[in-house]
Amino acid sequence: MTEVAPTQSPAPAGEITLEAGAGGFGNVENEATVLGIRQQTQFGDVRRRFFRHKLAVVGLVMVGLVFLAAIASPVIATRPPKAQDLTNTLQEPSSAHWFGTDELGRDQFSRVIYGSRIAVTVGLASIILALVIGVTLGAVSGYLGRGWDAVIMRTADVFFAFPLIIGAIVVILVMGRGVTPVVISLGIFSWATIARLLRSSILSIREAEYVEAARSLGAGKWRIVTRHVLPNSMAPVLVYAMVSVATAIVAEAALSYLGAGVQPDVPDWGNMISAGQKFFGFKDYLWFFPSMAVVFTVLGFIFVGDGLRDALDPRLR
Amino acid sequence: MGKYVVRRLLQMVLVLFGASIILFLALFVIPGDPIATSQGEGHQLDKASHDAIARRYHLDQPLPQQYVGYVGRLLKGDLGESYSYRRPVTTIIREKIGNTAKLAVAAIVLEIALGIIAGIIAAVFRYSFLDVLVTLSTTVAIGVPTFVIGLALQNVFAVNLHWLPLQGQQAGRESIILPAITLAAVNIALVARLMRGAMSEVLRADYIRTAYAKGLSKRVVIMKHALRNSIIPVLTYLGISFGALLGGALITETVFNWNGIGLALVGAIQQQDNPIVLGVVTYGVAVFVVVNLIVDISYAFLDPRIRLE
Amino acid sequence: MTEPLLSVEDLRVHFHTDAGVVKAVDGVSWSVAPGETLGIVGESGSGKSVSALAVMGLVPVPPARYESGRILFKGRDLIAADEKERRAIRGKEISMIFQDPLTALNPVFRVGHQIAEVIQAHEKIGRIPARAKAVELLGEVGIPNPRQRAREYPHQFSGGMRQRAMIAMALALDPLVLLADEPTTALDVTVQAQIMDLLIRLQADRGTAIVLITHDLGLVAGHADRVLVMYAGKVAELGTIDDVYYRPRHPYTLGLLNSLARMDQRRTDRLRPIIGQPPSLIRVPPGCAFHPRCPFATDVCRRDVPALEPKDGPDHLAACHHADQVELQQSPAAS
Repeated sequence: MTEVAPTQSPAPAGEITLEAGAGGFGNVENEATVLGIRQQTQFGDVRRRFFRHKLAVVGLVMVGLVFLAAIASPVIATRPPKAQDLTNTLQEPSSAHWFGTDELGRDQFSRVIYGSRIAVTVGLASIILALVIGVTLGAVSGYLGRGWDAVIMRTADVFFAFPLIIGAIVVILVMGRGVTPVVISLGIFSWATIARLLRSSILSIREAEYVEAARSLGAGKWRIVTRHVLPNSMAPVLVYAMVSVATAIVAEAALSYLGAGVQPDVPDWGNMISAGQKFFGFKDYLWFFPSMAVVFTVLGFIFVGDGLRDALDPRLR
Repeated sequence: MGKYVVRRLLQMVLVLFGASIILFLALFVIPGDPIATSQGEGHQLDKASHDAIARRYHLDQPLPQQYVGYVGRLLKGDLGESYSYRRPVTTIIREKIGNTAKLAVAAIVLEIALGIIAGIIAAVFRYSFLDVLVTLSTTVAIGVPTFVIGLALQNVFAVNLHWLPLQGQQAGRESIILPAITLAAVNIALVARLMRGAMSEVLRADYIRTAYAKGLSKRVVIMKHALRNSIIPVLTYLGISFGALLGGALITETVFNWNGIGLALVGAIQQQDNPIVLGVVTYGVAVFVVVNLIVDISYAFLDPRIRLE
Repeated sequence: MTEPLLSVEDLRVHFHTDAGVVKAVDGVSWSVAPGETLGIVGESGSGKSVSALAVMGLVPVPPARYESGRILFKGRDLIAADEKERRAIRGKEISMIFQDPLTALNPVFRVGHQIAEVIQAHEKIGRIPARAKAVELLGEVGIPNPRQRAREYPHQFSGGMRQRAMIAMALALDPLVLLADEPTTALDVTVQAQIMDLLIRLQADRGTAIVLITHDLGLVAGHADRVLVMYAGKVAELGTIDDVYYRPRHPYTLGLLNSLARMDQRRTDRLRPIIGQPPSLIRVPPGCAFHPRCPFATDVCRRDVPALEPKDGPDHLAACHHADQVELQQSPAAS
């Protein structure tokens, strides 16, 4: 599973360029790098660094292709994904069936293409759910502090005690199989890290001088949170969310593979791998192509996440 | 130090309390009739025996009372009884935990040994061929889900090369190799990355320069001064990732038909044997929480600054 | 002047970075004799620390590259020496202390252990006697209750005590040369004085040569025998304290002196800072690097790099086309 630990301490974005290359062999590198580095506008800087990151651009293209497959499935797929053809079962990949057919004669290429819909839906929806819960609770916790903070963080600890897949299985047990239960289960066991990240980010930023300045100018609490604190604390959260989409897609495929994900007849990569395993050793294309689809999608999101992280915080390179 | 341990212990109790509520709600709010389900389709129970079973599994009491009873039984190590096997879940876990533990320990050893070594090499020889190799292979490994790694390893080493057994545990010591690598793979990559990052940062620290200025050899500087500082985030990660390891064990055991509690859990999901599912989940959560407590405490031994807080 | 113990000759250390070549040290020579204190003064970015780090072999190669020069210690060229030879010298014959004693000590090891470590690295000595020697050294540098303190961690020490511990570590094996890179910059003023007194006392006991690297001309005035002024990777001026302070021959030195609050100066005079910023070491101005900020600058300064030549006497060197005019424009202290 790709549960990526949030190890980076969030850096207020404004300082990024100035701190580039700092550390070094103390004076030596400082003396070498202080010079000639101008501070540039924050967004332009992030965008420039992102697009200079080759792997990030590759990742963006990969993710783009997956989205295209999901949106345009009916156009790209050569056959309806559930159409059976009992005269053409277990066909090796050929020009007629690029990824071969399964034991019911269903076209594997079309099923892989349609499978991207489940992956994209679950990946995005579950992380959006996690973001809604995590950002709200993290912001309340970090900004209101005191009792709120204690209750929310202890609750986060509880959710944190459930490994993602295992927590998800409990929810599936209650709600039954299907896309919605999978989205909900992955969402409610992913928000805790987001809340923690945002909270610690806010705690460091709310003491920053520009927030003090806004406060002393009489800006209201709500305005300070929405205009100053949140935008500056979101960087680590966004990076984490991007990688979490990959984690959620893997988790969905794993749940379906284990028989605790979407319904078995749905064209889904995890389902296809599980079904294909029955013919392991002689019809390996059955599990190979859906596996590659998962790998392709997951790598795409990870590359984008990596590029985003490096672009937002170049010190970590 | 004592204070720190006590505080972490209290925190752990709180977490376990919260987790028990979630699990209890899941257990007793599950829609449908588990008793009927457990009998299999087309098998009708008369009212009396249905009630008898309900009493036996405490399903007839009001919820708060059920919760108190549930926690009481948990504390005694009683995780309930399997609907389908009619045996205590604890017994089933006890029979199978050894296999799972063997697999998990083998995987953790691989994670620590390979992950840390690869990370150190990559950090020390930054931007060299070895670093690029480590960075590239870890980047790809992170993107490959556990079950795909397992299937690919089976295909290459069992089906095609016939070097190692395809699945099961009959082949003795050899049979654990592929499952352990499968379970560890993603974490080896993540540990290596984390170690590379932490080590690169530590190697730029002033105290590393001091260590060189003292005339210490590169080996001592890296393996003592730098390692001791950079291992801390890796250790934290290993604690956190233990949860993912448990999830991964489910998948690995399924792929390799490895007779551990993960396989029992997956079987129970399909048979809707809820006591087994929740019992195993409860057990997994408890182990995860305890492992993290141990990690946090050993962390305090490694970093004296934490000890005093 | 006695025979130099350590001498740096025409050293050039350039950093090859993505942004360009940084000429951190560009043809610098200096030497230090036993028991002597040489002050190296310059703004941050002048390359003043790099030549000391080069002596220790602590300049990271790459990105750095030694373009030319020799570092002679006891007749051997350290640049040409192999790593094993250099390691035997580091910490034993030449040691170094750094600016920030908090980050310079390893946070996860006990202070006593870190001191004992340098002794064990160079001498065949057991763990227990090395530990005892560490305690003894901590006492010697003025840390009360050294036995107990040796068992504590750096974060339990105050800033001044950490620097004392660093000094104990650096002087553990009675090195011949101590390179002190901004040893008091991170400390409070009163603690600064204590640390300098400690260094002077230990120097008197042991006859250690000290290279005191600082941006603080006042510190050098009080403690150094000779002073080297660096600007943009090059030597601007070199001479005895009296030469440089009372007869500066480089406008940069003059500027530094003018921007210094001095006890012997009339209080009505205002401090006069040097106008402008030190140059980027990637784009050093042509000719004399100081010319954009120099009140004496003429066409020749913009065209030709001035040579470092003797002025007044053989031991007072300055690199300025208009050194004679600088003499006319005396610093307020001498008038």
